[in-house]
Amino acid sequence: MALRRLRADLHIHTCLSPCGELTMSPRAVVERARASGLDIIAVTDHNTTENAAAVIEAAAGTGLAVLPGIEMTTAEEVHILGLFEAGTDLGPFQSEVFRNLPDVPAKMKFTGDQVIVDAADYVTGFCPRCLFGATLFSVQEAVALIHRHGGLAIACHIDRDSFSIISQLGFIPPGLGLEAVEVSPRLSPDEARRRFGSLDGLPVVRFSDAHKPEEIGTASTDFLADGPGLGEIRRALAGEDGRRVIVS
Amino acid sequence: MTLSDLATRLELHIFTPGVPIERPVGGGYASDLLSDVIGHARKDDLWVTMQIHPNIVAVAVLKDLAGIVLVGGRVPAAETLAQAEREKVPVLGTGLGTFELAGRLHGMGVRGG
Repeated sequence: MALRRLRADLHIHTCLSPCGELTMSPRAVVERARASGLDIIAVTDHNTTENAAAVIEAAAGTGLAVLPGIEMTTAEEVHILGLFEAGTDLGPFQSEVFRNLPDVPAKMKFTGDQVIVDAADYVTGFCPRCLFGATLFSVQEAVALIHRHGGLAIACHIDRDSFSIISQLGFIPPGLGLEAVEVSPRLSPDEARRRFGSLDGLPVVRFSDAHKPEEIGTASTDFLADGPGLGEIRRALAGEDGRRVIVS
Repeated sequence: MTLSDLATRLELHIFTPGVPIERPVGGGYASDLLSDVIGHARKDDLWVTMQIHPNIVAVAVLKDLAGIVLVGGRVPAAETLAQAEREKVPVLGTGLGTFELAGRLHGMGVRGG
């Protein structure tokens, strides 16, 4: 076993997200992530995993590890990040999310194009439903769904005034089972602890929440781990066997 | 005015039959952001919200609120009701929306801060 320090930005949107720039294509994301010195990224569009496979394919052979993920909106309008192992069949997971996402037609003026692409940046479709909306899942149900599909659940940007578990629910419900909490790039992990207290002992991570190429890698978290797989990240978050989150 | 008077006059549904509703209502607060309620609601306020998450009970206890009214016909999660019964927090409901319910409460003399 050789533990390495791996730089990770695990909250990145693509052109499929309503607020993601059209320029966030798989090749552009991969190129920018590599230029930023990242070792691992995750593709986390709003309520969908549909562009993740294209980014994984675009990164093949480059040395950049890509995890498929999602930024789910719960019924309470809390954003929860779900991160999965590359190669997981997320079809059943996505079907369940869509069954629980009210089918409001997308309006390009407000939702952007919601573009589905392949690894070579060719447009293969558009998501016809508005991905902005809230699913019918409570935070507990969202976390349980992510866990059922082998994923890690992280509460997003808890320091923000909207879509944060703290803003919406006042505090983290006991026994929720999150693997970590994320703070936005403007807050350091130390400041987060000062502001929010112990946070139930959960590790604090910081990612870019990039919606434009130039934002990729503007915030990141280092993991001391034996490779970039999801299992290693899970163990680093739990502080197992010498693996850990390195607060920089 | 007590919660019981308001419940009768507004025909509110009572989700927590085991919790007394004779408590006087001091004022009202309407918000769906629990952090906002923690920050700004006052003791004895009746809280109008569409949030049904169990955390609403904890917030009502924390702020010593008179009770919670769920709007728009929203039905609380079972866990929310169990906690409300345990903590003696009255949870009521109405088919009215927030705007309409707040207007009627105001018309009956319930005031915000």
